[in-house]
Amino acid sequence: MRIGIDVGGTNTDAVAMQAGTVLAEYKHSTTPDISSGIFSALTSILAEAGDPGQVTAVMIGTTHFTNAVAQARDLLPVAAVRLGLPATKELPPLTAWPAALHRAVGDNVYVCSGGHEFDGREIAPLDRDELKRVAEDIAAKRIRAIALTSVFSPTNDEMEHEAAEILKGLVPDAAISLSSEVGRLGLLERENATIINASLADLAVQATEGFRQAIQEAGISAPVYVSQNDGTLMNLEYVERYPVNTFASGPANSMRGAAFLSGSDDCAVVDIGGTTSDIGILQGGFPREAGKAIVSIGGVRTNFRMPDVLSLAIGGGSIVAEGGEHLVGPTSVGYRLAKRALVFGGDTFTATDAAVAMGRADIGRPENVDRVDKALAERALASISTRIADTVDRMKVSAAEIPAVVVGGGGILLPDTLPGLSKLVRPDHFAVANAIGATIAQVSGTVDQLFSIDSHLTRERAVARATEMAAQRAVDAGAAADTVEIVDVEERALAYVPGNALRIRVKAVGSLLDETS
Amino acid sequence: MRQIDLDELEDIAVGAGILGAGGGGDPYIGKLLAKAAVAEHGPVKVVDLEEVPGDAVVVSAAMLGAPTVMVEKLPRGDEIVKAFSLLERRLGTEVTHIVPLEIGGLNSMMPFCLAAKVGKPLIDADFMGRAFPEVQMVLPTLSGISASPMAFADDKGNGAVIEAVDNKWAERIVRASLVEMGCVTMIVGFPMTGRQARECTIPECYRTASDLGSVVRRARAKHSDAVAAVTEHLNGRELFRGKVLDVNRRTERGFARAEIKITGFGESAGQVFTLRSQNEHIVISDESQILASVPDLIITLDSESGEPVTTEELQYGFRVSCLVAPCDDRWRSEGGLAVVGPRQFGYDHDYVPAV
Repeated sequence: MRIGIDVGGTNTDAVAMQAGTVLAEYKHSTTPDISSGIFSALTSILAEAGDPGQVTAVMIGTTHFTNAVAQARDLLPVAAVRLGLPATKELPPLTAWPAALHRAVGDNVYVCSGGHEFDGREIAPLDRDELKRVAEDIAAKRIRAIALTSVFSPTNDEMEHEAAEILKGLVPDAAISLSSEVGRLGLLERENATIINASLADLAVQATEGFRQAIQEAGISAPVYVSQNDGTLMNLEYVERYPVNTFASGPANSMRGAAFLSGSDDCAVVDIGGTTSDIGILQGGFPREAGKAIVSIGGVRTNFRMPDVLSLAIGGGSIVAEGGEHLVGPTSVGYRLAKRALVFGGDTFTATDAAVAMGRADIGRPENVDRVDKALAERALASISTRIADTVDRMKVSAAEIPAVVVGGGGILLPDTLPGLSKLVRPDHFAVANAIGATIAQVSGTVDQLFSIDSHLTRERAVARATEMAAQRAVDAGAAADTVEIVDVEERALAYVPGNALRIRVKAVGSLLDETS
Repeated sequence: MRQIDLDELEDIAVGAGILGAGGGGDPYIGKLLAKAAVAEHGPVKVVDLEEVPGDAVVVSAAMLGAPTVMVEKLPRGDEIVKAFSLLERRLGTEVTHIVPLEIGGLNSMMPFCLAAKVGKPLIDADFMGRAFPEVQMVLPTLSGISASPMAFADDKGNGAVIEAVDNKWAERIVRASLVEMGCVTMIVGFPMTGRQARECTIPECYRTASDLGSVVRRARAKHSDAVAAVTEHLNGRELFRGKVLDVNRRTERGFARAEIKITGFGESAGQVFTLRSQNEHIVISDESQILASVPDLIITLDSESGEPVTTEELQYGFRVSCLVAPCDDRWRSEGGLAVVGPRQFGYDHDYVPAV
């Protein structure tokens, strides 16, 4: 039996699952103290589902770290060390950071010799004496978090490791974050994410200790994993070092959970809440990643692997009125739906009221909407259908019709069919789709590197090498080797240079050992 | 004479992306570099062509190489100054003005950085009116103005001045060198007089880019149709709106080529269009005929935001609007087409004017 817990900003959800069946589910408002909230969820779930000894793994999804950055609180001052001189000098670390976050991490910037060219040559050798001076300064300032970024480290991470050794020797208590573990090509974005990661070092230790404690107190001795932004898992030791990878894991979990409930690996997921609808696409069981890959976190540009999700201002609480750009939204009564909607005795004509008026749902007091303008209600629902169908169509990965899985309380706004979709599925347990997504998650390994193609390294051999590396990374992350499969291979030649540089992205995914043993 | 402030740089970055016609590199890093240069050296004076004295000593500046590499290996900062100094020393005379080579994409910003750093006025005019991939694809080539002597420098501190027999040779020599230099180099070349600059440039490149950027910004603020606004502003023609069906990328003769299939929406529903790109968009056709080609600007915009979408960003599912805007008349001449017509990009057909 596995237990999945999703600690959101508002609610903490949990499920126990075995062999694809939900044994128990739990929903409660999130507690300020993460550890006691997880403990309550575990004990409540186990009371229903069985013995702590039967638990083989616990998966946790959390917005704890995202919230800390969004509010610029509990962050450590960071030494931002970059290896790239003589290149990169013009735009030092922390360029274009918003003031509040910049203040929180301080202005401790060190640009040093090193880094690689696109083809693996060194820009300049690592200067050990220079790094020793940097380490002394960091120690003198009593900074305990270091973000280390080397040019082209996604292609060659040797220098980051070598520099980390030197710094560690002189600042032994520092937590060192390596950019090659955090992001992909795009120096500023990767460096930004690495600095954010370093600033979370203390919080990460506190949080993971809280997780361990809660799980131990609940009598569970199984391994604990945390969801990351691509819908796969990392172990607690890794979260302790790389908490930034938990960012935006929520949408990925919700999509994976929805897909699991519907039984489809290739489908659209429509999550309709009170104010917005989030629409994404699952491809081979995983959320499709955003193409532009520029994601702002607290106003800082990063290049995380993020699910490609489009949000529309349509929800159960959206206000229906003539005159705006659309009949429905963007204004919503939000969490006050239970007071303000007509069917709940309120005075506001919401999308939920339209659905009840047209007989799509039986909620509250349907007689309250007897006298609303039925033509308006019908047009409002039609407008919702069109906008959601258009967005799904925009997101689809092939021209073929695919099923859509509808989760969230606002699912009643949709009819039974939509153009371009083979069917609409409204599964059971949809309210805890997030926790289910965490529970069923697998582990992954990714590679995003530039390869210099010549007579020694053909294109085919470069792809084969990247594929091997990705598979090995998945195994390192805890996957059973015989379950690892390659889910994505993308090659792209560099523009404006003769055709010897090829950027290859490969992603491998495997099942956790507990499932297969 | 006027000054370009930081807000206007934002608009210019968006406009320059549109004028990149699918290529030219994302101006984001260029914008940060320009801001850094202004913060350190103060604002840049921008002059119109008419303000440039006939005997002015004008040189052009640009980044040559892979924008994808530059977003990882950021510039050192003074390579462009090094190239400038090398050329000035070779010329044996003081340079008085800087002129952009290419307004499309990232290179809208590089001459701006140089002008800030060396304190020279920047001419509001460029050699392309868009983005093209090679050094010889500039109006000065048509006027017989040599790119040489041309200086180039890298982030290690290497620099060189070349004397090429023609502008295509300048391209070949610098392109081969820049791969060794790590795929990014800053060039300063095309020394010419103010009189020559007036003849072989397209005026008001910054004003055009800035206006385009503000058209997009204002349309978005009003939730009105940014694509239509851009099309109108460029005196262009909207070809279709649609969704990318398939992207086939391959490397051929040293260029990243892509063939992109787009299915039409609305008035174009049921039609499939083929966009052929080689860094920039080169040819757009429907199932029966060619709709437009270089040297006109084939532009792809995000249908919702009006933001430019580059060849490298296009992927399945992207909703794009495709429009064509007229290039400078000189590109449409026989001499112009011999430098930047479809045949120069390996296509076996003549220029198809779209507007």
